[in-house]
Amino acid sequence: MNKMSWPGKIGVNLLAWLVSILMFFPIFWLILSSFKTNALAAAREPAFIFSPTMASYVNALVNSNYWHYALNSVYTAVGSTLLCVVLGVPAAYSMAFRRSKRTDFTLLWMLSTKMLPAVGVLVPIYIVYKNLHLLDSALGLTLIYTAMNLPIVVWLLYTYFKDVPGEILEAAEIDGASLVDNIVRIVTPLALPGIISTGLLAIVLAWNEAFWAINITNVHGATLSVFVSGFKSARGQFWANMSAASTLSVLPILVAGWFTQRQLVRGLTFGAVK
Amino acid sequence: MATRAIRSTVKTRQRQLGKASQGMISFLLIGPAVVYLFVWMLVPLAMTIYYSFRNYNLIRPTFTGWAGIANYANVLADPDFLSAFINTLVLVVASLILTILFGLFFAVLYNNEHVFGRNILRTFAASPFFIMPVVTGLIWSNLMMNPSFGLLAALWRGLGLVPIDFLAQFPMPSLVGIVTWQWTPFAMLVLLASLSGVPEDLKEAAGLDGAGAWKTFRHIVLPQLGRPLYAVVMLESIFFLVIFGQIYVTTSGGPGTATTNLPYYIYLQAFSAYNIGAASAGAIFAVILANIVAIFLVRMIYSNIQEEA
Repeated sequence: MNKMSWPGKIGVNLLAWLVSILMFFPIFWLILSSFKTNALAAAREPAFIFSPTMASYVNALVNSNYWHYALNSVYTAVGSTLLCVVLGVPAAYSMAFRRSKRTDFTLLWMLSTKMLPAVGVLVPIYIVYKNLHLLDSALGLTLIYTAMNLPIVVWLLYTYFKDVPGEILEAAEIDGASLVDNIVRIVTPLALPGIISTGLLAIVLAWNEAFWAINITNVHGATLSVFVSGFKSARGQFWANMSAASTLSVLPILVAGWFTQRQLVRGLTFGAVK
Repeated sequence: MATRAIRSTVKTRQRQLGKASQGMISFLLIGPAVVYLFVWMLVPLAMTIYYSFRNYNLIRPTFTGWAGIANYANVLADPDFLSAFINTLVLVVASLILTILFGLFFAVLYNNEHVFGRNILRTFAASPFFIMPVVTGLIWSNLMMNPSFGLLAALWRGLGLVPIDFLAQFPMPSLVGIVTWQWTPFAMLVLLASLSGVPEDLKEAAGLDGAGAWKTFRHIVLPQLGRPLYAVVMLESIFFLVIFGQIYVTTSGGPGTATTNLPYYIYLQAFSAYNIGAASAGAIFAVILANIVAIFLVRMIYSNIQEEA
């Protein structure tokens, strides 16, 4: 591989750049369209050079209900992630440091719930939510996102906790540290980078979720997925508005996603790839 | 020696606490997570099974009682269900083949050390995966594929061709294309992580032995990718079975039922026809389909955990 010829080197570079540009182009075009007027965004001749306008951003941030939906997205994504970490840290601690015969089975069972298609539980959850008045509420969505992400969070935390040397915990126990001390004062700080990137991945997954958001919320508890999908019948109209609303919804998470690429592979493959 | 002494002290202490209370502590640690998943996943699944054998329609309150296998029979006799089942398989299989081919190609490309700025290029190429499925649908159905104002229509006109209404004329291939754009980065990232584990000197040795780029790839690199490829096939199958957001904003399952997959069919049964019994029976079929894949996946994960422990 080291003896690649000059034409070969130029060739792979051109190819690599072309692939990146083509893959990213639709996103670039979305961002570009968000700075156009609605008329220009749907012009028959695509405009690459134009005088940009912030009108669509003003419209999204001031005149629409963007903030209502954005706050629900933050509430559900952050809320479910915190709940996942609170439930996941003790479970992962137990799996990593207090192994028993049942540990592997429990871990596999948790991961297998992630393989259950959401439609398999849609109808009962809808009906139960209707009776509990949780339909169209951010709380109801948060509770589902917790169940959705918990297997991934437990699995990732387990892999990070396994990297903490057991001797440290044993030494601490000799010094009289309790179980709670071990979890809160020793393992959590040592595995903090892992916990943070796990949380970031959980936020990305909850933020982008569409199935539950569309099916069990409408206005009150609805997230940005629901807000943005309101543009689905915009056939050539309001494209700049649509692009601005979409850009505002995806950009923060896209940047977060760039930093979670590694965790993403680790978290979404459930250890099927080493 | 010291650590052994420490360990035995801890062991003694754990023994003093007694087996029962040790088990109690473990249960207190794992219990909440297990109970949470049980309540949110298995209890509703049991309810779905129950509803699938009941007469239950939200707009016919007097229509109650046991249905026997009527819901299953009705669903199986429904041509829309059969087409949804076939559409699901087509969507999963076609997207699988394309994401893996492109993903493998991209991974090999970005793994090449001669590519300048390959980490940044890879990050840009990975971006589609982080875009909300709903926004993905909007970008493609409007900005890209709209037959009058879309970018592809302009490109077609520029080439002197008549623009195509992709989502109306070729709904399923268009949907496969959209899913492929979104998910190729996943295959790429997983394969890239495995590729970087292929030892450089192994490739060099093959090169010294006169193996060309293709032969090196075929006999050195590809065999190392066997397990990751197998894993990607199963993981993507499970994720592709539940595709919803992209369909909801692009075609709404149409034209007709051309892009209605199982999740979308069940959604229509539940929230357009209000037929809870039929929706539940359809959902059970989706669960069975996912389980066929999940069995192999769980087995693979299990063997990996065993190897590490």
